[in-house]
Amino acid sequence: MSIMKRMADLFRAKANTALDKAEDPRQTLDYSYQKQLELLTKVRRGVADVATSRKRIELQLQGLQGQSEKLAEQARKALSMNREDLAREALSRKSGLEQQIVDLKTQHANLQGEEEKLTLASQRLQAKVESFRTRKETIKANYTAAEAQTRIGEAFSGISEEMSDVGLAVQRAEDKTAQLQARSGAIDELLASGALDDVTGSQKDDITAELERMASTSDVESELARMKAEIGPGPDATPAIESGSGNAQAPGQTGATDTASAPATSGTQPAPSSDAPATHEGEGQR
Amino acid sequence: MIVRIAGEGQYDVDDSRLDELNQLDGAIEQALEAGDEQAFRSTLTTLLGEVRSAGTPVAEDEIVPSDLLLPHAEATLDEVRELLGEEGLIPG
Repeated sequence: MSIMKRMADLFRAKANTALDKAEDPRQTLDYSYQKQLELLTKVRRGVADVATSRKRIELQLQGLQGQSEKLAEQARKALSMNREDLAREALSRKSGLEQQIVDLKTQHANLQGEEEKLTLASQRLQAKVESFRTRKETIKANYTAAEAQTRIGEAFSGISEEMSDVGLAVQRAEDKTAQLQARSGAIDELLASGALDDVTGSQKDDITAELERMASTSDVESELARMKAEIGPGPDATPAIESGSGNAQAPGQTGATDTASAPATSGTQPAPSSDAPATHEGEGQR
Repeated sequence: MIVRIAGEGQYDVDDSRLDELNQLDGAIEQALEAGDEQAFRSTLTTLLGEVRSAGTPVAEDEIVPSDLLLPHAEATLDEVRELLGEEGLIPG
């Protein structure tokens, strides 16, 4: 026998057993209606549970994305200070986060699909329960127990099948959310721990601390360079300061530095010549 | 005939499509017996697609038992085996 037919029969057999057991099928109607209302409540709770899980994942995604952007910013900062090692560290942490973000996005889509399915199932069930109630009252008012037996057959197996199906769907959704809970907890821990520093930035992570230390050092350096430029002859000082601000100027800069180093060898301009090696050293590290 | 896709709802499918559906159903049964998850998945996907495109959704407030019932789209081999329960794979 076909799989599809067997599965339909299995669902129907369940309904028939319940109906056969009852002395008065009209009581079965009331009992079934109670069960339908209970199931309806359960499905709605299921929808709410899935929505809660989905929202939690959305918050985690926001947190992780914030972290990722922050790390990218730190990497840029580190690079601008010629600290490739630090930039590398920030980017490698970022890449770890990206993987988590991809995973979470998949889970999010998964839950969203589950939520939609359950919402539709709940709407269907509600419409059917409503329709069943009307039919039940009509049958109770107009038919004897014996007549009711034949009258309710279809409606009863129909609603019973719907209930079995919706019941299984809720179960599946619950299993899925339970599976995600565990992984979700792990992400929360990760976000809370120092591994992926605090989103609020209330605590400084090691990269930030290092960057700030360097920033204060480099403030001193640039201030020094600026003062030297003010004191020394203009043409040589300008490229030295701009060297950190962009690669687009590199060719022009090189030319300028070369001309600067040429007079230096003649020994006529001692001040700018001490500036020139610093510039070369900076470019070499990049 | 009325066909239910588990977790999705019922469709009214014209009886003329029965042969087509039965063929796919036979392929699913084979996949189940062989334990071939991949064949099972692809045939199930095709079968569900057929029902969705050939059928008209049954009205929400209509209460009617199904003639045929199909597993939900993500169902695994084990899940279907479990649903078929004690009857096992060899029909009685």
